[in-house]
Amino acid sequence: MFDWDWAFTLEILPRLLEATLNTLIAAGAGYVIAVFLGLAFALAQRTPFRALTLGVREAVEFIRSTPLVLQIFFVFFVGPQFGVTLSPWTAGMIAIGLHYSAYLSEVYRGGIESVPKGQWEAAAALSLSTRDTYFRIIIPQALPPSLAGMGNYLVGIFKDTPMLSVIGVAELMHTANAIGSENYRYLEPYTMVGIIFLCISLPAAAMVRSFEAWVRRKLGLS
Amino acid sequence: MEDLSRFPLRLEGPDAPMVRFDHVTKRYGDLVVLEDFCLDVAEGEMVTVIGPSGSGKTTVLRILMLERIQEGVIYVDGAPISHMEKKGRLVPASERYLRRAREPIGMCFQHFNLFPHMTAIQNCMEGPVQVLGLSRQDARERAEELLEMVGMIEKKDEHPSRLSGGQQQRVAIARALAMRPKVMLFDEVTSALDPEVIGEVTEVIRKLVHEHRLTMLMVTHQMGFAADISDRVCFFYGGRIEEQGTPEELFGNPQKERTQQFLSAVKSAG
Repeated sequence: MFDWDWAFTLEILPRLLEATLNTLIAAGAGYVIAVFLGLAFALAQRTPFRALTLGVREAVEFIRSTPLVLQIFFVFFVGPQFGVTLSPWTAGMIAIGLHYSAYLSEVYRGGIESVPKGQWEAAAALSLSTRDTYFRIIIPQALPPSLAGMGNYLVGIFKDTPMLSVIGVAELMHTANAIGSENYRYLEPYTMVGIIFLCISLPAAAMVRSFEAWVRRKLGLS
Repeated sequence: MEDLSRFPLRLEGPDAPMVRFDHVTKRYGDLVVLEDFCLDVAEGEMVTVIGPSGSGKTTVLRILMLERIQEGVIYVDGAPISHMEKKGRLVPASERYLRRAREPIGMCFQHFNLFPHMTAIQNCMEGPVQVLGLSRQDARERAEELLEMVGMIEKKDEHPSRLSGGQQQRVAIARALAMRPKVMLFDEVTSALDPEVIGEVTEVIRKLVHEHRLTMLMVTHQMGFAADISDRVCFFYGGRIEEQGTPEELFGNPQKERTQQFLSAVKSAG
């Protein structure tokens, strides 16, 4: 009943590892988009322009309240009807980056709100510009408390990349499916996918924690 | 809309005060904190504001540096800071104007509010480099000079978390002075300090009073200190100045009943 085929496992491993690289690229690119777009979302919600603030807040709520897979389908299949035809890769990056930027903007918002009011006042007392106040005073202090959340979503985005298989991005899950249907064997490819994810997620989470400690030390906050 | 035509566009002449609160009203929602408040502070004068908590004394400093007012005009060094001139009339100041107009004012806070991710000297260089446009070299020299003056030069490369409250407050004073302000505001700068380090901070302020011709406005609970260094003491009650005078007059021979009550309450509390 339990017939694990080691020879088959070894045979498919190179293909799976190659796909792992794609998964990492997808997660990395999506995350970079999310990190910056999320910051833009967070800052946009703090401007004095009510329309912008409300619009962005609604967009963030909308993205957080709908499934990622729907957003991926939407960008990829509905986009062309509006004249935006994207490759699976591009569509996937945009969808996943956008999705996680909504979550990250909430992380940043919490981080920014955790900075004591006195810091804003001290910045004002030095007549610092709004830009300098954010980028030199507030964000460096908002970063350490945000890092745990940012790290969680880094692992989260990595674990969500299999969703991109639905539009044919050749990441790990997509490749495992392909191997399975070519050989009528699913046990080995899927198990290997699980192991590969585990082998990356666990050290990544640990690295995020030590990075957080390092940033705190670097900023003199602990 | 408030009629601002009765307020001058600028204060000029040899008698012009360094700071003038001209019929200022400050409200937080429905709560009126200051009403029709007037106070002149002459150049080089040290004015201390005392009074019970909730009397609006800290608000006097906050509206100079941090908050907007609802009525009246505030002038600093001749120019309005709450308002700006537009086509020969005063209109509420824009954010940009407000920031520039407040540049000649420095402020120190009860809780120091040093930037925790910067060392002592970086704290003192931030304003001069980013706002005044000094080169890092010039800003460093200026910061070192001031840290020397407040006795913190040996700790210049420490982050605030490694400094005691008294040390942090001295760095904060140096940071404010690095902007070369004409007016300094001290908002209960010794209230959060342990008793044994209060002296090191008051010593620095004393030094400033004697060696620099700075205009200063201070809110404090340290009556002895206020009596020592102030040119004038204002007793605040219910959002207005109940009584003011030289320290000798106000502490030695208070005229109003509320002043007498407050001073005797403070005295019996030690």
